[in-house]
Amino acid sequence: MFLTDEEKRILDGAEGTGRQKAMEMLYALGLTFDAEKLIPVKRTHVALSGQEGDTYWCELLVNGGAVCSVPPTTNPYWDTDYLTKFYDVTPEEFDLARRTGEAYRKIGAILTYHCAPGVCTNVPFFGEHIAFSESSATPYVNGAIGARSNRESSISALAAGVIGKTPYYGLHIDDNRRGDLLIDVDADMKECYDWGILGYCVGRIAGSLNPVLRFKNKVNPGPEDFLYFGAEAATSGAVAMYHMVGITPEAPTIEAAFGGKKIPAATAVITGKTLADEEATLTANTGVINLVMLGCPHYTYSQMLEVERLFNGRHVSDHVAFWILGESGAVELAERSHLRQRLELLGVRMVGQTCIDEPCWKSFEGHLGLTDSPKCAYYRERRGQPFALRRLSGCVEAAIKGRLD
Amino acid sequence: MADEMKVYKCRGIVKGGGSGEAIVSADAMCFYLTDPQTGTVIERGHAIQGRSIANKILVLKSGKGSSVVQVDGFYQLWVKNNLPKAIILRDTEPVIVSSAVMVGCPMVDRMEGDPYEEIKDGDYVEVDADKGEIRVRTK
Repeated sequence: MFLTDEEKRILDGAEGTGRQKAMEMLYALGLTFDAEKLIPVKRTHVALSGQEGDTYWCELLVNGGAVCSVPPTTNPYWDTDYLTKFYDVTPEEFDLARRTGEAYRKIGAILTYHCAPGVCTNVPFFGEHIAFSESSATPYVNGAIGARSNRESSISALAAGVIGKTPYYGLHIDDNRRGDLLIDVDADMKECYDWGILGYCVGRIAGSLNPVLRFKNKVNPGPEDFLYFGAEAATSGAVAMYHMVGITPEAPTIEAAFGGKKIPAATAVITGKTLADEEATLTANTGVINLVMLGCPHYTYSQMLEVERLFNGRHVSDHVAFWILGESGAVELAERSHLRQRLELLGVRMVGQTCIDEPCWKSFEGHLGLTDSPKCAYYRERRGQPFALRRLSGCVEAAIKGRLD
Repeated sequence: MADEMKVYKCRGIVKGGGSGEAIVSADAMCFYLTDPQTGTVIERGHAIQGRSIANKILVLKSGKGSSVVQVDGFYQLWVKNNLPKAIILRDTEPVIVSSAVMVGCPMVDRMEGDPYEEIKDGDYVEVDADKGEIRVRTK
């Protein structure tokens, strides 16, 4: 792997141990994946989590004098000012959250605390070389936008932010962006929930390969649809790049999606029945619920509006907490537009800067929660809260009744 | 004894090395789903669920899981001294590589021969990432 004299100097520690550690990370990845060199990146995004491992790495770099040359936007942990009004955490949990914010501030990160940067807080353009971690953000920026990012860990993306470069391998190179397998879809795609279930099916089939989707009916996915699709394809599998024929920018035709390679026979046909069967395997739980949690990935303003429309003036059951986790800008906009106040009158609360997988939600554990996101259900179950899954309208009706039938 | 050991070439990814008893996982792993206190795999339905990877030589299919939990999984095992002595990977992916780099867990891939054929649970294995060598003594 070729390193410039300046890169070698950084690797030798001439610019401090923080930059040295970051360069060691990029160099190790470059060697492992046979990169010929490092290339500059214009944007970075770090899946900060408020977990010890990730915070340790940021502190290690910052205490070694590193500052980001391409400042990353960041994922959320949780809004410690607002949520501590409602829920208890231990002093250790609170301290870790505080340390995380402090370390990322010091390294020069842009604290967007938003997990869908490609949608609105750090939007790359077509063909741009970037380093984005967050499993749902990577397929979005590659597939829906046509920017170029590998599947990064939070720590390799932070290293890229510090150095301003990333190893040139994988999805930065044309040939690796082509489709590997074809999936036919013959299903009615009504709302982002359906795109999420489709993503869950596709991830299972594709694993870490690049799927090409060919739709029988005309579909017009929007930002939330692409986001849900990619989030779930990267939960059940490790999809980082996909094509939708006639829809996504690198697939104007099926020939373009496969980049001139022979077009394979379809590996699978996904029908409405396939989606319904997949949903059935994910939604077994019923009964009394204590929580409805929306916003994994973070809700947009238009999704918040849809919640209000579906409630149609009715109120959440007294025994249920109803939380929307939104992009901070959308939450502020909802406040300014009084959408937030109107929803609060119905028993619906919203919070920005916050992830579903955080200690502030532990008081709900042990009882059934409800969400519109398979990814939310998957990660919350690991923390000891079983979750049921319904489309948004089903979540709203169950919240009003206090139970899921 | 050294002369009974079979030697295989491999590629070093994270430098260093270690020796010990082999544990072979046919599945990819998310290290977040191990108990840091013991190194025991707690993921339901996993190929080595209920068994400890602590201080062993782990033969592993690949990494899996979100872009940040893998990092924390490695970190928690590291601070409790319960990481594997070394990891022999079959399918290499960036998130597990960067996690191992951060904590300095010796890691190799591209073993000459299929690691699942050449190494069985309980074999004594020496991994030398610097020399690019794996030595195996059958149990």
